Amino acid sequence: MPSLVDMLLNPSFWFSVLRVTTPIIFAAIAALITDKAGIMNISMEGTMLFSALAGTIVSALTQSAWIGLLGAMAAGVLLSLTLAYFTLELKTDVILGGVAINLFADGGSIFILYLLTGDKGTSVSLASKVLPSVTIPLIDKIPVLGAIISGHNALTYIAAATVFAVYFMLKSTPLGLKIRAVGENSSAAQSVGVSAKKIQYLSLALSGLIASLGGAYMSMAYLPNFSRNMTSGRGWIALAAEAMGQGGVLATSAASLVFGFADAMANALQMFSLPAELVGIIPYVATVIGLILYSVRIKNAKKRRGASKKPL
Amino acid sequence: MEPLLEARNISKVYPNGMAANRSVNFSLQKGEIHALAGENGAGKSTLMKILFGMEKPSEGELRLNGAPFSPSSPQDAISKGLGMVHQHFMLVPSFTIAQNVILGAAPRKGLSVDWKKAAQETADLSAKYNFSLDPNKRVEDLSVGMKQKVEIIKALYRGAKILILDEPTAVLTPQETAELFSQLFKLRESGITIVFISHKLKEVKAICNRITILRGGRNMGVFQVSDVSEQEISRLMVGRDVALKYDKDNIPPGDAILEINRLFLKNEDGKTKVSNVSLSVPGGRILGIAGVDGNGQNELARAVMGEIPIASGEIRICGKPATGKLQGVRQLETGYIPEDRMKQGTAGDASISDNLISIRLKSPEVCSKGILRKKKISALSESLVGLYRILCSSADQKVSMLSGGNMQKVVVARECSTSPKLLVADQPTRGVDVGSAELIHHKLLELRKNGTAILLVSADLNEVMELSDHLAIMFNGQISAYFEDPSQVSEEELGLYMLGLKKQEGIS
Amino acid sequence: MRQDKSFEFARTLLSIAISLALAFAIIALSSKEPLAALRYFIIGPLDSASHIGNIIEMAIPLVFTGLYYSILFKSNLFNLGAEGLFFSSGLLSGMLGATTYMPPGLHPFVLILAGGLLGALLGLIPCAINYKWGASTLVVSLMMNSILYGICMFLLNNKFRDVSSYTIVTEPFQATAKLARIIPGTRVHAGAIIAIACCVFLYLFLNRTKWGYELRMLGSNKHFAEYSGMGVASIMFLAHAISGALAGIGGSVEVLGMYSKFQWTSLPGYGLDGALIALLAKSNPAVVPFAALFIAYIRNGADMMARLSDVPAEMVALVQAAIILLISSQALLKGLRERSLLSKLKGENANA
Repeated sequence: MPSLVDMLLNPSFWFSVLRVTTPIIFAAIAALITDKAGIMNISMEGTMLFSALAGTIVSALTQSAWIGLLGAMAAGVLLSLTLAYFTLELKTDVILGGVAINLFADGGSIFILYLLTGDKGTSVSLASKVLPSVTIPLIDKIPVLGAIISGHNALTYIAAATVFAVYFMLKSTPLGLKIRAVGENSSAAQSVGVSAKKIQYLSLALSGLIASLGGAYMSMAYLPNFSRNMTSGRGWIALAAEAMGQGGVLATSAASLVFGFADAMANALQMFSLPAELVGIIPYVATVIGLILYSVRIKNAKKRRGASKKPL
Repeated sequence: MEPLLEARNISKVYPNGMAANRSVNFSLQKGEIHALAGENGAGKSTLMKILFGMEKPSEGELRLNGAPFSPSSPQDAISKGLGMVHQHFMLVPSFTIAQNVILGAAPRKGLSVDWKKAAQETADLSAKYNFSLDPNKRVEDLSVGMKQKVEIIKALYRGAKILILDEPTAVLTPQETAELFSQLFKLRESGITIVFISHKLKEVKAICNRITILRGGRNMGVFQVSDVSEQEISRLMVGRDVALKYDKDNIPPGDAILEINRLFLKNEDGKTKVSNVSLSVPGGRILGIAGVDGNGQNELARAVMGEIPIASGEIRICGKPATGKLQGVRQLETGYIPEDRMKQGTAGDASISDNLISIRLKSPEVCSKGILRKKKISALSESLVGLYRILCSSADQKVSMLSGGNMQKVVVARECSTSPKLLVADQPTRGVDVGSAELIHHKLLELRKNGTAILLVSADLNEVMELSDHLAIMFNGQISAYFEDPSQVSEEELGLYMLGLKKQEGIS
Repeated sequence: MRQDKSFEFARTLLSIAISLALAFAIIALSSKEPLAALRYFIIGPLDSASHIGNIIEMAIPLVFTGLYYSILFKSNLFNLGAEGLFFSSGLLSGMLGATTYMPPGLHPFVLILAGGLLGALLGLIPCAINYKWGASTLVVSLMMNSILYGICMFLLNNKFRDVSSYTIVTEPFQATAKLARIIPGTRVHAGAIIAIACCVFLYLFLNRTKWGYELRMLGSNKHFAEYSGMGVASIMFLAHAISGALAGIGGSVEVLGMYSKFQWTSLPGYGLDGALIALLAKSNPAVVPFAALFIAYIRNGADMMARLSDVPAEMVALVQAAIILLISSQALLKGLRERSLLSKLKGENANA
């Protein structure tokens, strides 16, 4: 029987960590963008699921993985804009709106799949075009590191790029500044002519776009087809990762990696006699503890400053 | 010389029928500091909101540089060269000064904000007017005075030629105020025109060229500040339109119910809001606290009710020290009409009946062993609705559906009908129609007759003058005058104390 | 008041009508035999006693999670923790049902009580964490779902599992532990009575007791509750404990009423449905059973339609999502309401 140390030393384990982290990172970053604009968006699970389906269908119809990806992105944006319309125009409670989007995607994806293909639950007759894996020249020759970093699906690299792009966008661009201002004090933003509504629309659309990449990854990379509820809670895990990252892009990505690690670990530990169920809850317990520690820090800082800053 | 900005015959009537401005004229000469003075509710804010594109006037026109000007939004006004520093700062706490300044108008370098340029321009503006701000400091770490400077720089960065400052000194220490004034002079020298909203006459005298006085939505006159005395300004600002007349029963005072001893209160930022206040109210008497809003009256009332902590000193109710917790003070047979009926005084989507019993859950008439006694409650509600003439379809109607006056009557009915030993009434008739106000006044007098001690805080001179047995005036957190018998005091004199032009000797 | 209520009622009806119209449109567009499909959808669930029984049977757990959210909404609180509590209490009752011996009648009662207690205790955790440290109740409750699920599956798999079975289940319940069927020819069990009793109890609790009153005032305006001298923190704890107990009772009832052994291997998914039911019922416990029956009815209709025609049952998810979105839209019909309010104000002024 292989030992835990063997497992941790095996590059293929670390490869799988990155593999399972990819969709979580997309969804967590998606949640973060709306959070920054002051919107608690809990629709990641549904957005990913719906995009996963759209990716499968479009790629199968066009026989092009990349056009399929575009289809997934369009579906994600469309769903998020629906949520935006209801919350920003019709004043639906954003959390209930998120609940509705998740319900819709859960049933709606199966419904649409059935209508188009007659398949119930899994797209048996409809195989996705799979997005290519990328071998990074030179790096793949490096021992150990090459085996971990190279050879992933294109979307894994896009995820990494997204992290840095969003980091840069929020930190350094005029748009990022506006998003953060709207989220933190929207009347301050309004007072200098920044339309909070416009910014929130935009951030929801961006969030849908990024979450859709996570969905596409599920059905066009992780697996080669769509199946019922294939995101299996990754959208919720992403919310936890975002909460643990507390608004930091890099911290959120790191938290996503922790979840990915725990996920890969739980898979790998099934070889050992450790109870997988208990290993599986480690990330969630860690989130609760992380949240508590962070909230305590905010509370103390608030006390020190005596100012009224709203904790998240 | 043609005015830079002019408002002609501006009237503003709100949908609820309140006329905030009535044919107001206002003109601003280039390069002056122009004071806009008036009591709360005189229409200053409304006029400024109209100038800044936040409200549309019902009548009248605006002209900027001689051309018609009708700003549709603050953004529009900003682009025409107006800038406003609100009383509540519009800043993003976690941003640096530079980030706050350039928000929405950021210099770019490629995709990114040009941070170097942003910091440089902020630093340049700051240096130009002696603001000494470090562009890279976070706003949340700044003092109130610094934050205000950030707001001014923000407006200047957007090219403001006319700067509206809404009671800028209300939040400042004397040192900060002095600093602000020297900076305002510097701004004027460089051609910026300033509207200075204030009711602090010493400040107006110190820095303003001209003054426009509003009262009750009307323009009471425009003067060269050097031509009018503070007394004259005060007389124009403070006054009553119609005198109320009530008959007060002549009953002997009871024991001291409320005693306040050398009380000091601080706000969250550690700024002293009330200093060294000592007062006492016996049963069967009304102590009025008059003053311009924001001089510590509200804090005093809230401290008595245990809503804000005492920094030092003592409050006793019926001889017992107040616990510093609202829940505890409530148990000392107290009633409390809060300043804001929507925020605190009522639960909007609950019924009138529900709103009437919230402080009576301990009474066996309302609730026994945890079970509400529906029949008694509904009888009680019906009778209160009748007694206080609350206009509604039934006591089951939601409070949020009532008009302001009727909503306030619900609050008054609840707080007065328990026959409290002490009633704290904070602005009991603000924004209430005349009929309701009169009814509320009668109910207060009724309580007085039955031996309740009443602490009445009001910015409405009519109200305090007519109802109070004794009158204290607060200015800048202190009692500036105390009158055993306010009927002997003239309004002009009151004005002097309210605006801090006079202070009685030997008081605290 | 009447006007206000009728407005809310009209808005609810309109939301349902739009959502059902959406359902009909989807059926019409997607089916080759739309009329037949529609008939199965609408009449199918009502065409026999056993079909009506199916509706009631499905409505029972929905009533409990509906009450869970009604209490939270009434106090203006929110969390998504119903799932985990439902599952945990179900397992506790199932495990005890298989391993304890008690006289019939008393047995399920004790088991359900145990489930309710566990639910109340677990329900307090996110509230306590929020109170003590200020961490978000929503996120903590979400995490708790996964944590409780993991712990329960561990316990089920390692401690309570029936080793003679190939699947992950407990040993069969004692005959005394199961809730009796109460309508012949259907699977409707005594849980229906418990559900109704809970609704009645909660209705009375909210409207007739001091604590229910305080809870409603907290929900309407927290500042008002504080100003009136109420202990806001203890009311919040109370609300969480009661809602937790309801979810717990619901889990126990469902397990003891519908199964002969505990056999869930995933979260049952009633949590989000509860929010929908509470929205439909405007958080009024007296209306919750009807809202639950309505949702159970359209679900059963969709199931029958799926079995007998070519429209999949998941169509119902679209209807549910639409109902949530529309009902919780503050701005829907707002223009109408404002106009009526305005005319009312005018009338008042004229009278005054």
